[in-house]
Amino acid sequence: MKVKVISRSTDEFTRERSQDLQRVYHNYDPNLRPQEKAVEYVRALTAAKLEKIFARPFIGALDGHRDGVSCMAKNPNYLKGFFSGSMDGDIRLWDIANRRTVCQYSGHQGAVRGLTVSTDGRILVSCGTDCTVKLWNVPVATLTDSDDSTDNSSEPLAVYVWKNAFWAVDHQWEGDLFATAGAQVDIWNHNRSQPINSFQWGTDTVISVRFNPAEPNVLATTASDRSITLYDLRMSSPARKVIMRTKSNSISWNPMEPMNFTAANEDCNCYSYDSRKLDEAKCVHMGHESAVMDIDYSPTGREFVTGSYDRTIRIFQYNGGRSREIYHTKRMQRVFCVKFSCDASYVISGSDDTNLRLWKAKASEQLGVLHPREQRKHAYHEAVKNRYKHLPEIKRIVRHRHLPKPIYKAASLRRTMMEAERRKAERRKAHSAPGSIVTEPVRKRRIIKEVE
Amino acid sequence: YPYIYNRDGTELHCLKEHGAVLKLQFLRNHFLLASINKFGQLRYQDVTMGEIVGNFRTGLGRTDVMRVNPFNGVVSLGHSGGTVTMWKPTTAAPLIKMLCHQGPVSALAFHPNGHLMATSGKECKIKIWDLRKYEVLQTLPGHAKTLDFSQKGLLAVGTGSFVQILGDFSGSHNYSRYMGHSMVKGYQIGKVSFRPYEDVLGIGHSMGWSSILVPGSGEPNFDSWVANPFETSKQRREKEVRSLLDKLPPETIMLNPSKIGTVREAKKKEKPTKQEREAEMEAAVEAVKGFVWKNKTKGRNKPSKKAKKKQELVAKAKRPFLDQQLKGEQS
Repeated sequence: MKVKVISRSTDEFTRERSQDLQRVYHNYDPNLRPQEKAVEYVRALTAAKLEKIFARPFIGALDGHRDGVSCMAKNPNYLKGFFSGSMDGDIRLWDIANRRTVCQYSGHQGAVRGLTVSTDGRILVSCGTDCTVKLWNVPVATLTDSDDSTDNSSEPLAVYVWKNAFWAVDHQWEGDLFATAGAQVDIWNHNRSQPINSFQWGTDTVISVRFNPAEPNVLATTASDRSITLYDLRMSSPARKVIMRTKSNSISWNPMEPMNFTAANEDCNCYSYDSRKLDEAKCVHMGHESAVMDIDYSPTGREFVTGSYDRTIRIFQYNGGRSREIYHTKRMQRVFCVKFSCDASYVISGSDDTNLRLWKAKASEQLGVLHPREQRKHAYHEAVKNRYKHLPEIKRIVRHRHLPKPIYKAASLRRTMMEAERRKAERRKAHSAPGSIVTEPVRKRRIIKEVE
Repeated sequence: YPYIYNRDGTELHCLKEHGAVLKLQFLRNHFLLASINKFGQLRYQDVTMGEIVGNFRTGLGRTDVMRVNPFNGVVSLGHSGGTVTMWKPTTAAPLIKMLCHQGPVSALAFHPNGHLMATSGKECKIKIWDLRKYEVLQTLPGHAKTLDFSQKGLLAVGTGSFVQILGDFSGSHNYSRYMGHSMVKGYQIGKVSFRPYEDVLGIGHSMGWSSILVPGSGEPNFDSWVANPFETSKQRREKEVRSLLDKLPPETIMLNPSKIGTVREAKKKEKPTKQEREAEMEAAVEAVKGFVWKNKTKGRNKPSKKAKKKQELVAKAKRPFLDQQLKGEQS
């Protein structure tokens, strides 16, 4: 009778030559791995701590401007090229990878209020408080050459003078019209020296303008009468308007869900709207302590970055009420403009202290080419951390961010104020006849009305 | 005292805190050394840092039956009163206390899946327990000086100079005789132990140790990331570092290890019954009434004022209970 006993021959299980790979055998029986959940928990804790150790988001500062940076534009065709305009009329084209100025455009007399690049990336449109719109040539060849001499300035291609100072400019994503915002919204063509169309609703200045990424004829603007207005170029008058309690400084359309846009408001919140239903905000993003100055969506459409008057930058999820990340530096003063880079890995901020700063979108990301083993390890750490991130120890570590003292104090003060208001409203409701006081959701509370 | 030696045989540490140790057990994932000494004190020591994590007086006397449950990391002791207790390093009282045998417990073994426990008592019985319901599954007659479960679930029972191997072949936890092995008449078997990934049973006895083949006892397919019998020295070093990084804290030892990461059940606050509430109110009123008054001088000692004051105090003592009652009635 043959009796079968385990007998393993060494040649099968060990490698022949030292150049061969070691063979790996798998047995997924859970009995072989006792206390799996505890091991995973310990790994999640270590992963959270490691993430904090490697969280160094600041990459570098690009200095060169002599006055605060007021606006920025990104080139849709080149990842490395960014334009920035300052309060003294100086426009620069930066090479982000080498952190140098490639090209400098001077000519504006006052502050440069808006910058935008045409669809093919060859023409830069700038507008300013000196009532002019200037078109410049983008030097394509020098962008690709990395070791070229800097600071060659050029003459504008065209200068169009108009009646009032301009506040913002934006170019169509697919087309060759651009819109400027000032006393009214003007639609221009590259070749005409006068706007081909003009929209006005009310007498207030229009502060910012943005074209829809998917619909070339739809644009949204914000005005100083605390409203957000939607226009369609094919119609002769503006389409709809929603008036809020405080004015919005900036708008950004979600590139992946082009019917949604998010507005950066003066009351420290950002409001996401569905442009088809403006009577209620889709989501209110809270976190900043002071007015939000600028907002930009990531090309993935899943998160956006906001820069605020309280010297910080926050990155929010597109549907999250609280920020995922906050970046601050002692040297960075009021942030006036932020942009997400076109490969969703970097955030560039322009602030009052004349510097542009380059940050990582994910603070603990390892830049550069990663070995597939490293990639898998990072993916495993992310996955195991997300599985246990609701447990108290891990949640505390993952959520913790160091805040500068003035911001921390401002945040706690704001919190006590809102708590007090909420408590008083609750008590008023509890002591009045049931049904007489109706609490409005936050999404609706800040909207006064929607106008056709 | 227990001593720690390295591979060459040099003595590295002498663990004086443990005292006169009768049995040592190692918790692999937690790097904890558990020991029971002749006074019945259970000690846990972290061998990476050397700190004593727990030190408990079992209170049940001298015992040398100690086993670690590999499934959840609890240490169980068998006592001379027939009880088996289970311990974890963070609490001073045992987690479970089971009365298993009518005489002293002589041996203890755990199945690797954590559901089965085999105990043997000096009254010539071997019992197989289900650890989820803490009930006896099977009782077998026989003495056992030592017990061990293999990876595949075979149970080795050693008494005198005879080893019996039992297995449940129908899967219904009905252990029947599979094999037996008797050694030379004079040899007294001390301990039997199955080798992890081989079909080998090692027998330690009074004249040394021997090993026998038991077909079907070891796990034939090993996982290289868990335990590799053919690992090189480089792989072993890597494994050691990785296992140290994955060292579990002693708080993760619990009877049900899959509870980590789940939602904790909301503790229902028990409301005191009406009787209890009334009793509390009475007690508060009594306490107030028993208060001794200071006799005030200079004409401030009017009896009417004293009576009024007493009434006020009684009303004050009663007020919180009445408020609670009102709230309860309202909601």
